[in-house]
Amino acid sequence: MTLLQRPVLVLLLLVTHHLLQCWIAFGSVDEEGQKQEEFNEELLLKPLPDRTVLAHFHFQSSAPPSTSNGRHHHLFPKAISQLVQKFRVKEMELSFTQGRWNYERWGGFDPIASSNAKPPGVELWAVFDVPQHQVDASWKNLTHALSGLFCASINFLESTSTYSAPEWSFPPSSGNLRYGTLPREAVCTENLTPWLKLLPCRDKAGLAVLLDRPSIYRGFYHSQRLHLTSTGSGSKGTDSGIILNQALTVVLQPIQPNGQRASMDHASEKHIQPSWSLSSIFGKQVRGRCVLAKSSKVYLQLDRGLVAELKRIHKENEKSVANGLTSENFWSYPSFELSANPDRIVVEENSLHSKSSSILYNFQVEKYSESEPLDLGLTWKIPVVWLCQSAPLHSSRYLMGSGNERGAIAISLKSTQLREGFMGAFADNERCELRVDVFQVVPWYVKVYFHSLQVFIDQQPKAVSDVIEKIHVSPSKDKVSPGMMEMVLKLPCRVKSAALTIEFDKGFLHIDEYPPDANQGFDIPSAIISFPNFHASMFFLEDGSVNKSPLLSKFQEKSPVMSYTEVLLVPLTTPDFSMPYNVITITCTVFALYFGSLLNVLRRRIAEEERFLKDKATKKTGQLPLLLSKLSAKLRGRPWEPPHSPPSSSFFISSKLVFKVILVAGLAVSWQYYFS
Amino acid sequence: MQKMGKQKNKTASFSFWNWVIASIIFRLILIYFPKNLNLASRPEVSTPLTSFRRLAEGYWLKQLSMSPYAGSMYHGSPLLLSLLGPLTVKRIEGQPNHLLYSLVSVIADVVSAILIRATGKNLRLAYLRSLESLDIVKQTKASGEFFKILSPGDAAALIYLWNPFTIVACVGLSTSPIENMAVILCLYGACSRLVPLAAFGWVIATHLSLYPAILIIPVIFLLGCGPDAPPRKLFLQKNDKEEVLNKSKLPLGFSWRPITHFAFWALLWSAYVLVLCGISLKQFGGLWEMFKSTYGFILTVEDLSPNIGVLWYFFAEVFDFFRNFFLIVFHVNILFMIMPLAIRLNHRPCFLAFVYIAIFSMLKSYPSVGDSALYLGLLGWFVNELADIQFSFFLFCGYVGVSLLSPVMHTLWIWRGTGNANFYFATAMVYACLQIILVVEGVSAMLNHDRKLRNLTTSKPQDAKS
Repeated sequence: MTLLQRPVLVLLLLVTHHLLQCWIAFGSVDEEGQKQEEFNEELLLKPLPDRTVLAHFHFQSSAPPSTSNGRHHHLFPKAISQLVQKFRVKEMELSFTQGRWNYERWGGFDPIASSNAKPPGVELWAVFDVPQHQVDASWKNLTHALSGLFCASINFLESTSTYSAPEWSFPPSSGNLRYGTLPREAVCTENLTPWLKLLPCRDKAGLAVLLDRPSIYRGFYHSQRLHLTSTGSGSKGTDSGIILNQALTVVLQPIQPNGQRASMDHASEKHIQPSWSLSSIFGKQVRGRCVLAKSSKVYLQLDRGLVAELKRIHKENEKSVANGLTSENFWSYPSFELSANPDRIVVEENSLHSKSSSILYNFQVEKYSESEPLDLGLTWKIPVVWLCQSAPLHSSRYLMGSGNERGAIAISLKSTQLREGFMGAFADNERCELRVDVFQVVPWYVKVYFHSLQVFIDQQPKAVSDVIEKIHVSPSKDKVSPGMMEMVLKLPCRVKSAALTIEFDKGFLHIDEYPPDANQGFDIPSAIISFPNFHASMFFLEDGSVNKSPLLSKFQEKSPVMSYTEVLLVPLTTPDFSMPYNVITITCTVFALYFGSLLNVLRRRIAEEERFLKDKATKKTGQLPLLLSKLSAKLRGRPWEPPHSPPSSSFFISSKLVFKVILVAGLAVSWQYYFS
Repeated sequence: MQKMGKQKNKTASFSFWNWVIASIIFRLILIYFPKNLNLASRPEVSTPLTSFRRLAEGYWLKQLSMSPYAGSMYHGSPLLLSLLGPLTVKRIEGQPNHLLYSLVSVIADVVSAILIRATGKNLRLAYLRSLESLDIVKQTKASGEFFKILSPGDAAALIYLWNPFTIVACVGLSTSPIENMAVILCLYGACSRLVPLAAFGWVIATHLSLYPAILIIPVIFLLGCGPDAPPRKLFLQKNDKEEVLNKSKLPLGFSWRPITHFAFWALLWSAYVLVLCGISLKQFGGLWEMFKSTYGFILTVEDLSPNIGVLWYFFAEVFDFFRNFFLIVFHVNILFMIMPLAIRLNHRPCFLAFVYIAIFSMLKSYPSVGDSALYLGLLGWFVNELADIQFSFFLFCGYVGVSLLSPVMHTLWIWRGTGNANFYFATAMVYACLQIILVVEGVSAMLNHDRKLRNLTTSKPQDAKS
């Protein structure tokens, strides 16, 4: 009986499992043609000039605007959709970053650098679809919800002194935008795990398998982002479509196998770029796609600079070796070798600003399986040196001055050597101007004097009104709101360097407001420098593709080139933390000294005044003591005698004393009675 | 004899003007030093209320059509902003940056000194008159111990002008010379019975820094019974003894007329000031905003940056749940002493004003050396009465020592990072103690002086008998 039952049961299980899988993957398609939840996973790999590799994971889940599913979703994370519905989030971005994006080496002009490079720590901004007066309340609730969701101290962004409301300098300009950063938040795997939980396959299948904790936290830069847009129009939050983009950008250093290192002893080989493969940088391989994903692709991108350099080498080689290689079959190019054959090679449509275009090698993960995993590798054969395209101006920020009383913040913009190329288009115009937006938030304990703003262009001081076209400041309020500065600079195109300086006083905090490690200093969040005239976008034409890949369509978005400056560390003066009791007691002693001695001087009388007063007192006694003495006399049954005779006065004093004692005792008794 | 005295007076006044001119020149020399010798950012000179940079920031915000009180930079009066604000940005080629503003402070100092001198003369006349009416002039001259009649007006004015604290506050571009001038204007007006002027000074001083509000008590006494005199009791006693009703010699009784005048003018001026403030702040939240960020800021001690007072460190260290309690205690400490002092010193309203000023410049939330300069200058009025004050040498040395040590400790703590906050706080404590000793000893010396006068009047008949 049992023997017979078991195979049936197993069969049943298998069948249902398959059915379930099919239903999950395609069920939503069956219902109605246009409404379906989708999940796409993509990975972009890109060699960087400084012997590192950039890996950019991009997961997109989208929920259509439909009420048919009620509150349930097939693929879309329920936590996020609830968040959107509850707080009416129109757009939101949360990023956890460790390390700093190196704009000089890793580029500052492509979409990855411009919109995925984030400041260290946590950065959160959100646009709400609520009336103006409810925005702050929604923001507070959102920070708490996210804090619970991602195991991070995002709830510190709740207090009004940590977030700000930029008006126009932050790209998604809107009245209901709130922006906050926590530069010191330590990012680690406890933040990554909840982030991965939002993926339908978690890190059990698909590309997310590569996210091996030790290897990704070993890198130079690590940034995980969560960006969601709800396109819902309805006043009810339920029928809004949500697109959730989860991106994780890491810059990793490939581990050189020991044998290879030995072979690279001689000096000429030092310039050769390290060869790498997925297994060497992540320690894992891609064993097939996540079954729930609609598409699962791996891209290898060769930078514009790299392609140009390769073409140059190629031309040199063509002279000696005549082989008709076209740009289409670059992958078989002799300068490097790919370990897997790309399914498609896409060349970037020539963009406005650059001469060369980058190349994308496309690998479909569907073709690989458990037995035949994708282990994409790149092996360099000849040394290549190239530069990434950087932003028009390289921005950096630093502190000036010494001591703990005051200082100055300086933002310096330096022209990059690559700029000449794409400024060529504008160069003929004499009145050519470069627009730079600066957005800077300073915490309240850095008290900025906005009137001390100075502008230097090519080391020459300039009048502020000549350079700054538009400025909006909201000065900091002590312990209430941070200071915010938004500026639009108009710089001449041929500017070599520009600098802004602004002075500040360092605030003094209450001892409770210092963090546990007060002497480490306080962080000033990154300033955002954006160049609205320049757009970081890449167009890749995908011929015959069924639908556009989300990553590539993200690349196409016309977003201004943005860069974040360094986080500044401001040391603040500390009081003596062990002193509160001493300070309280000593200060109160001084006050007591003042009060006591002054009062003593005022009421002190010297001998003859005393006598005079005594005379007076004997002349006229108050009404009440007179009555009392009469009363006591009556009680004692003696005839009353006037109190100024010496013997009776002493007796009277004693009777007064007795009366006082009785009064106090009565009070005490009544007190006791009342409270018991 | 009288001629000689007159001549002496003449030479004295001549040398007085010399000294005034010399002090102006000295100030101008300091102003022409580069960057004002960095005095403008010293914590002793510029508190959040008097700082020049904050004034400039407020003016800048206002030019950008934002409320000057947006943010917590500026906490002064909007009138000051419209009067002095333009001077913060105006520059003359080849001259120091803030020359016009510094000139305004110098003028304010000189005007204050002249008013102090005039008031001092007034006080001296009243003093002489009262001595005459008590018939003890000869005695005091004979004894000669405390009656060399220094001209107290000249002394006070020169002390005020040449006090390093005044010079530093003037050159350091703080607004305290102007606040001091308002206080002195009030006292001058009350002393010379110019009721509208007294009311104006009182209203402006209160508007600028709140604490001078308590000067209303000495002003009422001044208007009601005239300037300082020995206790009224003494005259009555004397009249009793001599049994001659010499009405002309008796000081005037308390008269309510000037006080009602004063109340009327004070109301008028304060309405005027409030209307002006309201107009200048019309689009920025109005008067409530102003009260919140001026008086509210003074009373709640929000800014904890170090100054020469003791409250900043106290409120930086005190536990949060005690904060309100101690705020009340410290402010009530100023108020508590008003009544006892007023009762004991009601016959000497100018001295009472001096004691009040000394007390509130010691206990105020953001004291600066400018406040100390004011009461040290006024101390000169009472050179004759306070001639036998105790610990005067010790006090002088203390002031010199603290004003040298305090910047050193500040540098050690803030700039070098080798000392800590307690070092600087210790000098602030010592400074507070010195001021306390000055006030207490001053009051006791004044009371002793009154006793002495009484002894002289009461002992005279006995002397005659014997």
